[in-house]
Amino acid sequence: MALFSKQNKEVFLNPLNIDHPILGQVLGICSALAVTAQLKPAIVMGLAVTVITAFSNVIISIIRNTIPNRIRIVVQLVVVAALVTIVSQILKAFAYDVSVQLSVYVGLIITNCILMGRLEAFAMMNKPWPSFLDGLGNGLGYAMILVIVGAVRELLGRGSLLGIQLVPDVCYDWGYVNNGMMTMPAMALILVGCVIWVHRAYFYKEK
Amino acid sequence: MAKLNTNSNAYIIIYSAVLVVIVAFLLAFVYQALKPMQDENVELDRQKQILYSLNIRNLDGDEARAKYKEVVKAEGEKDGRKYYMCSIDGENVLVVQLKGMGLWGGISGYLSLHNQQAPTVYGAYFNHESETAGLGAEIKDSRAWQEQFVGKRIYDDNYEVVLSVVKKVDDPTTQVDVVTGATLTSNGVDAMIKECLQNACTNAFSLFADIMKQGAQEQAPVCTAPADSTAACQ
Repeated sequence: MALFSKQNKEVFLNPLNIDHPILGQVLGICSALAVTAQLKPAIVMGLAVTVITAFSNVIISIIRNTIPNRIRIVVQLVVVAALVTIVSQILKAFAYDVSVQLSVYVGLIITNCILMGRLEAFAMMNKPWPSFLDGLGNGLGYAMILVIVGAVRELLGRGSLLGIQLVPDVCYDWGYVNNGMMTMPAMALILVGCVIWVHRAYFYKEK
Repeated sequence: MAKLNTNSNAYIIIYSAVLVVIVAFLLAFVYQALKPMQDENVELDRQKQILYSLNIRNLDGDEARAKYKEVVKAEGEKDGRKYYMCSIDGENVLVVQLKGMGLWGGISGYLSLHNQQAPTVYGAYFNHESETAGLGAEIKDSRAWQEQFVGKRIYDDNYEVVLSVVKKVDDPTTQVDVVTGATLTSNGVDAMIKECLQNACTNAFSLFADIMKQGAQEQAPVCTAPADSTAACQ
């Protein structure tokens, strides 16, 4: 089968629109609320989940015929947990200040429903390359939402993006106040709801 | 060879054992390989925090390390707490390590003090493990809040700690306003300051006596020698 055959392209593009993990399947919401207070941790988290989903999909897909049926969930968990631990150690070594901000949440990627969902639903039954594309697509779909919510929350909650102050001091002098609620997780939930609304209204094409 | 029965008990047990061993080796290897870099990062972070408490911010990497070497003259530990004697523009500044409990987890920080007729705060930096973003976390994120501590008097005439974090500021020379909406975390900071600064001068003198005596000859030291063991500072 060609590398980017029609089927493979669909495998990659579906999770970005119709079968979007957060917007379509409503999975992985938890960390979408916790780490999106600022844009930088949201980007790093999105990348981490993409990398881990893609590679755990590949690994499980490669060994899928050897996994005993009775312990398959346990084996999936072990693979994901090992990968998450490695990624978290790498973050601590190469991007220390971000790892401090993400601390607990990187460990929580293990419990992210998106990962287990894709492993059970796709990687266990498909070849490595399509599994990789599926993992990539789901991870990027998830990262997209994190970036959107993170950008809105940081811009309205702190007046900055990636730490760079965007709202000029002049506006503060005129009486503009940062929206404190944006820094709280409740607002992230409302924002995700709004994104789902926009997605369903304009981008969702029922098969 | 007959097809491998992946559901036989023997296979399941052997499979799990092999999987666990492989993963264990992999994780141990990664941990070993990355430990030096991680330790470097943790050490650099500690040095940067001490520099923040000395109001030297916006330095990173090698610049921060060089400035740390230049500024910190001696360090010591007493009662499980670290103290650092620093010299900034020829003036002796003492940095005290702070450790306490916030609302959801531990809080820590560094407070630096110098002598302006009486020990006063030179600068402060606070850190936390798991306080609420936007509320308790402001003790770390809000530079403006930390800068409120600068210039406040720490001890009263009986050498009790009067530097405090309160809801209603009656005496602006010794009191700092709490973070709005983060009363419990701020109370934690208040308790941490009182506990860690109580014996700061006595401990510092026993650790850095030579530097402080030297300072007594050249300019006003951070704290002078206590006349007896019960007086914190004279």
